[in-house]
Amino acid sequence: MEELISIFVESVFVGNILLAYFLGMCSYLSVSGNLQTSFGLGVAVTFVTTITAPANWVLYHFLLAPGALAWAGLPDMNLGFLRLVLFIATIAGMVQVVEMVIDRYSQRLYSALGVFLPLITVNCAILGTSLFMVERRYTFSETVVFGFGSGIGWLLAIVAMATIMQKLRYADVPEGLQGFGIRMIVTGLMAMAFMLFAGITL
Amino acid sequence: MGLLAKSQTYRAISEALWQNNPISKQILGICSALAVTVQLNTAIVMSLALTFVVAFSNLTISLLRHQIPRNIRIIVEVAVIATLVILADEFLRAFMFDISKQLSVFVGLIITNCIVMGRAETFAMGNPPWRSFVDGVANGVGYGSILIGVAFFRELFGSGKLLGFSVIPASFYEAGYQDMGLMVLAPGAFIMIGLFVWLEHALLKEKK
Repeated sequence: MEELISIFVESVFVGNILLAYFLGMCSYLSVSGNLQTSFGLGVAVTFVTTITAPANWVLYHFLLAPGALAWAGLPDMNLGFLRLVLFIATIAGMVQVVEMVIDRYSQRLYSALGVFLPLITVNCAILGTSLFMVERRYTFSETVVFGFGSGIGWLLAIVAMATIMQKLRYADVPEGLQGFGIRMIVTGLMAMAFMLFAGITL
Repeated sequence: MGLLAKSQTYRAISEALWQNNPISKQILGICSALAVTVQLNTAIVMSLALTFVVAFSNLTISLLRHQIPRNIRIIVEVAVIATLVILADEFLRAFMFDISKQLSVFVGLIITNCIVMGRAETFAMGNPPWRSFVDGVANGVGYGSILIGVAFFRELFGSGKLLGFSVIPASFYEAGYQDMGLMVLAPGAFIMIGLFVWLEHALLKEKK
């Protein structure tokens, strides 16, 4: 249990998927101008990582990992190289399923997330979560926590950024830095703040 | 006609390298750009891998562009890109295992790199194979130029080395010079890119 909590804290703060591993930057930079949409996108990303990371874990461990096909009588098979294709397919499929389910049961959430759902497929944070899960050899329950934590971390970063950008509207930014440049520097300062959590281990 | 093709090819190259650089102007592909820039050699290998993927995905998709049905083009594009990324990944694992370990998941993440997808979608779908291929190479180099530039300064200031060799003389350290720990960490990359963009804006403005 303590281990799970520490994975959660780690994935939200110290190893924040956006601020420490730079994943999901594209959509982060393009929508962080608006607080409302940032929050919507953050929720959608959390939702999808929480579902896809465990789904990919199951696929990886029962189909792709070295020796995983032993149940089918093929103990020497190693399909690990197929994981990129399979993971991206799972993510695309899952996003589609999630979209249909939300559409059927919660019209309000569906219209709030709107265009962002399909865009999530190409968000590096999601594929990154699945790949890190394989690389760090997480167990199933650790993967669930890690997927959820990564999503929350991403949500936190994008909402914080959107809030800062609203304040920055009244600031006098040097001309060459306006737009993209100042965003990167603000992100750098935010990343520094998040790193202060590094001392906390459970 | 030959001259025209040449000038169009030329324009595609110069746009990708400078006026429309994928990273600093179009803000694409940052995801993987920053994590691999702690050292110069990982940045170079990453740039080569991306150039390979974007050039050949442009070529393949451009060759197939009349066969691909409009509705499922995204899936076809992802399939082509994923295959090329797997090739690059397996190649690095076989021949450059150490660097492949350092790059960890970031080679795989080329799949979701917006540059590759963006070029396939906007350029390769509407242009002949040769020009698409050149456009892909130019975009890869444009991406690489920023990546290598950032990596150069991060490695130089962060650990006093270039490509693993110490370049800052020992006498500097004796005189009290210290490596900047910040540059090795994530925030250094963000700030470095911000400064790069500033520099580029300033230079482009002077030219106008």
